[in-house]
Amino acid sequence: MFFLQSPPDTSAYMIAGYVMIFGVMAIYITSIFTRTRNLKRDLEILSEVEDQQ
Amino acid sequence: MESKPRFLSVLDSITGILFVIATYMVFFYAPVEAVMGKVQKVFYFHVAAAWVGMLGFMVAAIVGGIYLFKNDRKWDIVGLAAVEISLVFFFIAIVAGSIWARPIWNTWWTWDPRLTTASIVELIYAAYLMLRQGIEDPDRRARFGAVYALLGFLSVPMTFISIRLLRTIHPTVVGGGDPGAEGSFSMTTPMKQTFFFSLFTFSVLFADLLWHRVRMGKLAAKIEHLRLRAL
Repeated sequence: MFFLQSPPDTSAYMIAGYVMIFGVMAIYITSIFTRTRNLKRDLEILSEVEDQQ
Repeated sequence: MESKPRFLSVLDSITGILFVIATYMVFFYAPVEAVMGKVQKVFYFHVAAAWVGMLGFMVAAIVGGIYLFKNDRKWDIVGLAAVEISLVFFFIAIVAGSIWARPIWNTWWTWDPRLTTASIVELIYAAYLMLRQGIEDPDRRARFGAVYALLGFLSVPMTFISIRLLRTIHPTVVGGGDPGAEGSFSMTTPMKQTFFFSLFTFSVLFADLLWHRVRMGKLAAKIEHLRLRAL
């Protein structure tokens, strides 16, 4: 009984790991949507320019 | 650009739900490992992210071969999308592994065969993106990308088998590993369920992101075509 030990407290590393995982994924997903939005805007401008010519 | 397909919206919702369930399983269903403590829970998404990385590099190699065979630009768009997503997820796997290693190996980083080969893979595919930027001609760029994705993929199985063939301290989840591995553990049934559910969730997430990224790639190709025509 005296030799039974509870697991070491490594919670801070678990939190750091998941903050990094969710953070990087959120940044990447946001980047896909931002780039798509910007490309749609570019396409609209290019189409307008082409129509004017 | 065509409107968002209904099935893509459904896939977005399914992915979101699966991700919430996987996260719940990691934090509340899987038990705390007796030796490592809570940091062991990083393992579930670490392996799943590495799996997505390898899956995407494999997809890029396959569609690279198809592009060389059919010479259709849409396969180049898929290949580029797969590489970009995989780079992000492989990066996540490497950094998550490093965070896990700090309390278990007592170091953030060591030049172990698995860590070294994984870093080589990441750099090979980062170079793929950089080199593509330097090629103006779309057809030449697509041909280069296809050949590079095929050759670059040779580094992926090397990473996968490195912990099975070489002396390493990196634990092996499936199959026998090095007896000197530090941080190995036996998975209980809830741990296995969480592990395989995370793998499944990340596979669905990959398909969802790939679809979005391919749509973005098609849009970029259309704009490039218009710009080249205007010149």
